[in-house]
Amino acid sequence: MALLTFKGGVHPDDGKSLAKDKAIVEVKPKGELVFPVSQHIGAPAAPVVAVGDRVLKGQKIAEAGGFVSAPVYASVSGTVKAIEPRFNPTGSKVNSIIIENDGEYEEVEYPAVKSLEEMTKEEILNAIGEAGIVGMGGAGFPTRVKLSPKEPDKIEYIIANCAECEPYITADYRRMIEMPEELVGGMRAVLKLFDNAKGIFGVEDNKPDCIAKLKELTKDEPRMEVLALKTKYPQGGERQLIYATTGRAINSAMLPADAGCVVDNVETMITINRAITEGKPSMERVVTVSGNAVNEPGNFKVPFGTNQAELVEAAGGFKTDPQKIISGGPMMGFSMFTLDVPVTKTSSSILGFTKDEVAEHEPTACINCGRCVEACPSRLIPSRLADYAERHDEETFTKHEGLECMECGSCSFVCPAKRPLKQAIGSMRKIALANRKKK
Amino acid sequence: MLSDIKLKMSSSPHIRSKTTSANIMLMVTIALLPAAAFGVYNFKLPALIMLISTTVSAVLTEYIYQKLMHKKITVNDFSAVVTGLLLGLNMPASAPWWMGALGSVFGILVVKQLFGGLGQNFMNPALGARCFLLISFTGQMTNFIYDGVSGPTPLALLKSGESVDTMSMLIGTIPGTIGETSVFAIIIGAIFLILMGVIDLRIPGTYIAVFAVFVGIFGHFQNPDIGFFDPQYITAHLCGGGIMLGAWFMATDYVTSPITKTGQLVYGALLGILTGLFRLFGGSAEGVSYAIIISNLLVPLIERVTLPKPFGKGGEK
Repeated sequence: MALLTFKGGVHPDDGKSLAKDKAIVEVKPKGELVFPVSQHIGAPAAPVVAVGDRVLKGQKIAEAGGFVSAPVYASVSGTVKAIEPRFNPTGSKVNSIIIENDGEYEEVEYPAVKSLEEMTKEEILNAIGEAGIVGMGGAGFPTRVKLSPKEPDKIEYIIANCAECEPYITADYRRMIEMPEELVGGMRAVLKLFDNAKGIFGVEDNKPDCIAKLKELTKDEPRMEVLALKTKYPQGGERQLIYATTGRAINSAMLPADAGCVVDNVETMITINRAITEGKPSMERVVTVSGNAVNEPGNFKVPFGTNQAELVEAAGGFKTDPQKIISGGPMMGFSMFTLDVPVTKTSSSILGFTKDEVAEHEPTACINCGRCVEACPSRLIPSRLADYAERHDEETFTKHEGLECMECGSCSFVCPAKRPLKQAIGSMRKIALANRKKK
Repeated sequence: MLSDIKLKMSSSPHIRSKTTSANIMLMVTIALLPAAAFGVYNFKLPALIMLISTTVSAVLTEYIYQKLMHKKITVNDFSAVVTGLLLGLNMPASAPWWMGALGSVFGILVVKQLFGGLGQNFMNPALGARCFLLISFTGQMTNFIYDGVSGPTPLALLKSGESVDTMSMLIGTIPGTIGETSVFAIIIGAIFLILMGVIDLRIPGTYIAVFAVFVGIFGHFQNPDIGFFDPQYITAHLCGGGIMLGAWFMATDYVTSPITKTGQLVYGALLGILTGLFRLFGGSAEGVSYAIIISNLLVPLIERVTLPKPFGKGGEK
């Protein structure tokens, strides 16, 4: 059978061999931990602790600020030192709760859990919402909201995003190798919410070991299926993944639920499993630290709030001074001007590179080669959209479907003239979306 | 200490593919070398002098223009080399070398640089230059000397209803311009470009297929002795004149062809029909150059009507 995939996309060097075979190592941070109250899409959480309070690991320190929001939990025990704005990984200052770690890791008593069979849908949803779970692949959309579509009966597919198509990142891969049963457990819990849905694990075929493990684990699960996807960026993009696994296509104005789908990534599913089976809130995640500037690339289980510089130290620090540090993958991640920021719910990796490939190339004239058109998974004409963007021609930009761009960066990656296509299109999209809201 | 390091900031993506515009142009140059080498073998020293003349003058024109205009010098992107070499391959070896040089100056200066340089020209510079020379020096540009004798090209023979030797047309031991005669040498270069991912079959494939069908049908109307879809007649048309060089190396010029996938098919089909029309019913035996530059002019229109549908709005399939 032909591998499932989508049209377009690119094949960057995946760099995964650096950290792929490094088992997950637990990091115990020292000193202060920083918990931004906004690590998700939606209203910021409201702090429920005061400076000077002693908190325990697993204790709620900020309450959800509305329906589309998520609470925040302490990942260590210690004392609240301050509540003040601090930089987050994307470079903005966000109100944060700062806890001085006492190193005791004294935990709260987690609420008693019932078995999944005994839980009602409402109880499952509440447990997920209460645990502060958000989409951990990078978007940070509150999972409870995602799992509460208007018509749950119309959801036919729950898709676990096991593609991990961004180069260098191997956190999900390690999760699937080391604790696949937790991923399947998360799927089981989510499937309980949707009576008519089938669970799909969409895994890129560069992870045959994961495919084999998941197939073995789900062979007696009639509602679950493991699908091998072609290894290609952005296979893990929500729209591409849905199309590859179900043949359904959604545009920028639609939600996965409009196509009867719900997509959650590996880390999110595992966190759901912990919340349901152990009553534990979302307090930690696996982060890949990699790149050619890092001494010992690897995968680390890190409490939220851990200083990223400390995490890099856990990976042996930098062997040479990096020229660029990226939070997230090299295709869609953010470059950082400092490592003095915390690991949050959406931090999937820290990458350090000795050279910045982008700065090495001077953009030259577009030769109309069409490689960006070939690569665009949204089937747009990126070179032209970038022209309209550079001319601030919002009308033509919108007319030519510029808003359908998902900013995957494939166009900028392939451009032989090294033009900053995605960058231009991305800026114009922000302007166009803001103007649309005003109307 | 980490805080002392100056980190670079930029918006994603943070990696770039290794292919550059200069790489691509260099690959096109390499792909033209078999045809150039065969041209020199076939037409001897004058061919070599012509190729050097057009290539060097194309690069020099670009350099001098950019220097005088205080623009960034971009001759190292190989695009001027490609233009010069292509023009040389489109010249008869018997034409004087200065004519080729004049063509290069016209192509680079008027067709390319005055319209804004690389990427901005609406017409293939080498073909624009060739057509300029064809109009200015019709006699010398259409006088093909082979083995010391001035004679008609196989295509001209074909048009007047005479028989031609298709084998020597495949190999290229026939009169014609320096680079167009050997189908064999051109195809070697074309396969190289396809394997390197520089070109695909959309434009040249449709061009050649539509042209073959066109002459297959209308050859009969031009010469009633020819039956419909006469294989030998079609083969002779495909191997004669500039269609192979044109289809693989000039119609595929990125700058002057549509960027939309459907548009490339339309463009290829248009080229096939125009070339057929010019060859069968036009004033001269050849029609590739004019077909391509006319189609170049229609590219914006073709793109406009072939805009792709985005993913999720019907374009995902």
